This record gives sequence, C-alpha cells and structure tokens, in this order.
Amino acid sequence: MLAFVLRRVAQAVLVMLTVGLIAFSLFTFVGDPVLFMLGQDATPEDRVRVTKLLGLDQPFYVQYANFVGRALQGDFGLSLRQVRPVSKLFVERLPATLELSFAAAFLALAAGIPMGVYTALRRNSWLAQVFLTVSLIGVSLPTFLIGILLILVFAVVLGWLPSFGRGDTIAIGWWTTGLLTASGLKSLILPAITLGLFQMTLIMRLVRSEMLEVLRTDYIKFARARGLSDRSVHFRHALKNTLVPVITIAGLQLGAIIAFAIITETVFQWPGMGLLFIQSVTVADIPVMAAYLCLIALFFVVINLVVDLLYYAVDPRLRVDRAAAAH
Amino acid sequence: MTAPLLEVRNLRVEFPTRRGTLVAVDDLSFEIAPGEVLGVVGESGAGKSLTGMAIIGLLEPPGRIASGQILLEGERIDNLPPDAMRRIRGKRIGAIFQDPLTSLNPLFTIGEQLIETLQVHLELDHKQARSRAIELLAEVGIPAPAARIDNYPHHFSGGMRQRVVIALALCAHPRLIVADEPTTALDVSIQAQIIDLLKKVARENGAAVMLITHDMGVIAETADRVAVMYAGRLAEIGPVKDVIHAPRHPYTSGLMSSIPKLGEQRESLAQIDGAMPRLTAIPPGCAFNPRCPKRFDRCMTERPSPMPAGANHAACWLYAS
Ligand SMILES: Nc1ncnc2c1ncn2[C@@H]1O[C@H](COP(=O)(O)OP(=O)(O)O)[C@@H](O)[C@H]1O
Ligand code: SF4
Ligand SMILES: [Mg+2]
Repeated sequence: MLAFVLRRVAQAVLVMLTVGLIAFSLFTFVGDPVLFMLGQDATPEDRVRVTKLLGLDQPFYVQYANFVGRALQGDFGLSLRQVRPVSKLFVERLPATLELSFAAAFLALAAGIPMGVYTALRRNSWLAQVFLTVSLIGVSLPTFLIGILLILVFAVVLGWLPSFGRGDTIAIGWWTTGLLTASGLKSLILPAITLGLFQMTLIMRLVRSEMLEVLRTDYIKFARARGLSDRSVHFRHALKNTLVPVITIAGLQLGAIIAFAIITETVFQWPGMGLLFIQSVTVADIPVMAAYLCLIALFFVVINLVVDLLYYAVDPRLRVDRAAAAH
Repeated sequence: MTAPLLEVRNLRVEFPTRRGTLVAVDDLSFEIAPGEVLGVVGESGAGKSLTGMAIIGLLEPPGRIASGQILLEGERIDNLPPDAMRRIRGKRIGAIFQDPLTSLNPLFTIGEQLIETLQVHLELDHKQARSRAIELLAEVGIPAPAARIDNYPHHFSGGMRQRVVIALALCAHPRLIVADEPTTALDVSIQAQIIDLLKKVARENGAAVMLITHDMGVIAETADRVAVMYAGRLAEIGPVKDVIHAPRHPYTSGLMSSIPKLGEQRESLAQIDGAMPRLTAIPPGCAFNPRCPKRFDRCMTERPSPMPAGANHAACWLYAS
C-alpha cells in the first residue's frame, strides 16, 4: 500500500516538474520579458541591469530551479497587465471556477448515473430512447453553442435566469461563494448545465455500456440463480461492479471540467480562472498563463492520485494481502 | 414408484431469429425422483444448458419456452410470474454453473454473498445468518471457515471457489440442484473432489441433482440415471449401468465406444462420423440419421419418440414394436 502511494506520488511530482518546465519556457521563448518591462527604447545598460535583476543571466537550470522554488511558494511574480501578484489574482478567481466545476460535476454524476442505469435496465423503453438521443446531441454540440442556446432560451426569451456573471457572493474568509445567495444560485444554473452536459452524456453512456456488460456476467446470472431480488441484483451487485471503472473516468473528467471551464466562463463572463486566462492570453500576460498551466496540471495530478487511491479502496482485487492470497 | 420431484414434459425452447425460429430444445421429457442424481450428457450444443436454464427460469431472451411444462413437486413452475419463480430459485432449486472463477461477485466477500442469500430465503438475522454461513463453509470443506468468511473470492483457488458456490447453492436446502458442468473449468486433480463433495452434500441434504456434464467417467461414478441428448432432443434415458454397458440408441453406443478404456488402442475405435447438425439444419425424421450406421427408410421421414428399449427408453425406430 505504502509503496503504491509513494510510486504514484513520485509520478505526480515528475509530471508537475515537466509541466513546470513548459510553463517556465513560456517566459523564455514567448516574448522577451526585458523588452516587455522596459519598452522599445531602453538603453543597453538598462537592459543588462534588468536582465541581471531578473536573474536572466544565469544558466537555464538555475533559472528553472528558482522558478520551481518560487512556484512552490505560490509565487509566480506580478501580472504584467494588472501589476498585482499572480497568486492574489488566482486566489480571487479560484472559488468561482471550483464552485462552477463541482456544480457541473455533481450535475453530470447525479443525472448521468441514474440515466445510464435506466437506459441499461429498460433498454427498449421510449424514455431510454429519448435519453440516448438527447445524449447524442449533448456529445455532438460544442459547449459554447449549448451555452449560447441556453442563454437565448432561458435568459433572453424567457428571462428566468441571468445570462452572465456570478450574481451576489458572500465572503467566507478568503473564499467567496455564490452558493448562499439566491442570485448566486440562479447565476450558477446555466453555466453548470453548459459545462456539465457533455460529461453527463459521457457518464450516462459509460454507465450504460458497463452495466450491460456486467449484467451479462456469470456472477449476475448466479446471483439470479440464488434467488436474489431484481433490486439487489441490479442495484447492489451490478451497480457496484459498474461503478468501479466509472469512478476512474468520472474522476478524471473532473480535471477536464476544470480545464474546459475556460469556454463556459468566457460564454457566461463567469469571473473564474478560465476567464482570467483568456484575458491574459489576449495581452500575452505570461506569468498568469504560466500559473494557470501549473495550477490546472496540479488539479489533474491531484485528482488522478485521489482517483487511484479510491479505485484501490473500492476494488478488493487490487489490495493484495499476501497472507490470504497464499491459499 | 414415488412421485417425481421434477417433471419436464415435452419441453420446447426456441430462439426467434431473423432467419426463422431456431428450436434448441425439442419435445424433451424426463423426470427426476427425490434424492436422485440424473446425469445429462451430450455433445456441446445439444441443449443441455438451455434445459437447465429453462428449469430455473433463467432463459435469456430472446430464448423462450415455446411449449411444454415443467413441474416441481407436482406444481407447474414454467408459467409462474417472475417474482414467484424468483422465490423458488435458490430456495427449492439451487444452481451451480460451470466456471467458479466467474460465478462469484468479485467485489463482495464470500460472507456477504452467503449472508445475503441466506437472508433472502430464511428468516435469519444477520448474526444467525453469519454463523449459518460459517457452518455451510465448513460443510463444503473450506478450512478455517470463521477466518475465511471475510475474504474476497480472489483469495480462493478455483476448487475452493467452487466449494463456496456449492455452499451458496445449498443455502436454503433446495430439493433439487441443477449443476451445469460443475467441474469442467477445474483442474483435473480437483474435479473428483468437487464431484464427491456434490454427491455428499446432496445426500446429506436429501437433494436431487441434475448433473450436466460431458464427462462419462463422472456420470458412471455419480449418476443413478442418465439422459443422453442429441440436437436438442432426448436420444436415450435409463439407469446408469444400462446406458453405459447396454446402450440401445446408436448414438449412445457411439458415445460409449469413444470413451477410451484402459490399455485400448485408439485407432481401432468405432468413431461416429460427422458432427451434430446445426440448429438451422436438423434433418427430417431422426436427427441422428446422417451419422447413423443403422438407419433405414423410416428414419429419414418419421421422427422417433423415446420408446422402451431394454431397461432404457430410446428414441430410435430400431425398437418400434
Ligand atoms: N442466444 C442464442 N441464440 C441462438 N441460439 C442459441 C442461443 N443460446 C444458445 N443457442 C443455441 O442453443 C443450442 C444449445 O445450447 P446449450 O444448451 O448451451 O448446449 P450445451 O449446454 O448442451 O452445450 C446451441 O446450438 C446454441 O447454438
Ligand atoms: S431412428 Fe434410425 S437413424 Fe435414428 S438412431 Fe435409430 S436407427 Fe439410427
Ligand atoms: Mg452447456
């Protein structure tokens, strides 16, 4: 168990160092920071001075080590556009993105799993056909289009829900939440659906195919032969086996949701990290871009790690206890 | 003669397909007496498993019982509503399948699976069910059952898992156990142990067994009577020693002579030429006629039903009186 965890952690660190390298090379290869800070008509002396000041005269690996060292402390320097610490900007934006992402993920799971189970158990019912057709649309329409359509219907035509922003938020310490105000919750609905729809259809289809697979297995046949009720066969035996692979995929999708939030945040002007990133790309605000890259990678890596451990906890076959296996 | 425990009357199992209806079990009738072991033999595809699944009410659609009756202790069970049939499964008819490696749910401990089954059929609280589960494991020869009950299936070898499967089938003392090739997937060295165990627990529980296998050795040692199936039909049925030593149906004769005896030369054996017909190409008349060395005119047009032949019944015109 410990070896397993250590191995996974080592892999995670390696991935982060690699991503860090890519982020770091943004500074070096995309644009010239000295030029950026001093402008076109700086004197050569000024240039040398600033180059020294920024540590840019040192060898590449020293610069990289310094970058990693600062990044570990959350220090990505100043935003070139806003001239404020990048870490401050992200701390402000993080709650918006995470609340949106978790709401989307929750929606995807809460709707996707029951729909998948239903379409597997009632394969030929008309409702299952409806779910499958709708899911096909969900997979094939691009996110921004779904967002725009939702805005058109629910904000413009019906006027039920706001079309942009986060509504009123309440600060709890440094965290700002929109979950405690009516306007915050209303503002969350459309973006969460937009962001979660694709994942929901994915999870539904995954659950459906896994469940159909599991229902064909011998142990399900044998469970029926033992006289267990349909309820137990379907929701205890089959569902548990279905959810093992689904956990992995769904967990990994959470990383994707956070990353894909960029598009949804742009469509809905949702004040999260994705919007911050898009805004910084248009002005080549490299520190912000680098920090975003590292942060997203960190989410992916941490989620991966947690999913692995969860998987390990759920599937007893992975827990090799040698005493018992000896028989 | 005591009333039969299980009666199968003119059972017909069909698969509707796009290219017409496949008849996988055709006009099959047999009985099993209480406590009796009936061996069911036949080549792969003869319809043995489907017969077993039809009896426990678990034919998978589109397969269905098209006609015929199945009676358990005199009561029809082939047309029961699903929930009534479910209460019979596990309680009055236990089932054991071929592959113990896949018969147990890998995500539940064997204790959880035993306790759940016990509680479905018997009025036991969790504690009682658990101690009953430990007793059952001891009965089927799992060493240190109190310690092993919380292990997962993958902690057990194939033979041990089949013992657990047998314990699961025995949970509610069924009167009949349908065992579909219970040793085929196991190591040869373990097969005899499992068959012995099955015999022992059936005797101790007073259960009859429908033992499906293609291993004539197992049949010879275990069964009281034998039914031989061919192309979904009953070819011959009778007491085990008569079917083995005095087979009447030409197919059974061929089957018996293809079992190598000690010190015998294989090449000189009377093999049956050809293969069992596919369900789409069963010939008219006797299904065995393309391969039968003794066929005559009547065999090509008229289908024989089982008729008395010595101590057996054989579906063969040679015995028409
Ligand atoms: N789902 C199905 N659709 C069509 N034919 C099937 C299906 N399941 C089984 N069969 C046919 O039924 C016949 C009998 O199968 P089975 O009872 O499994 O044979 P056995 O157990 O004697 O080897 C086989 O020829 C098989 O091809
Ligand atoms: S009925 Fe005819 S073809 Fe069929 S087994 Fe008997 S002799 Fe052979
Ligand atoms: Mg079979």
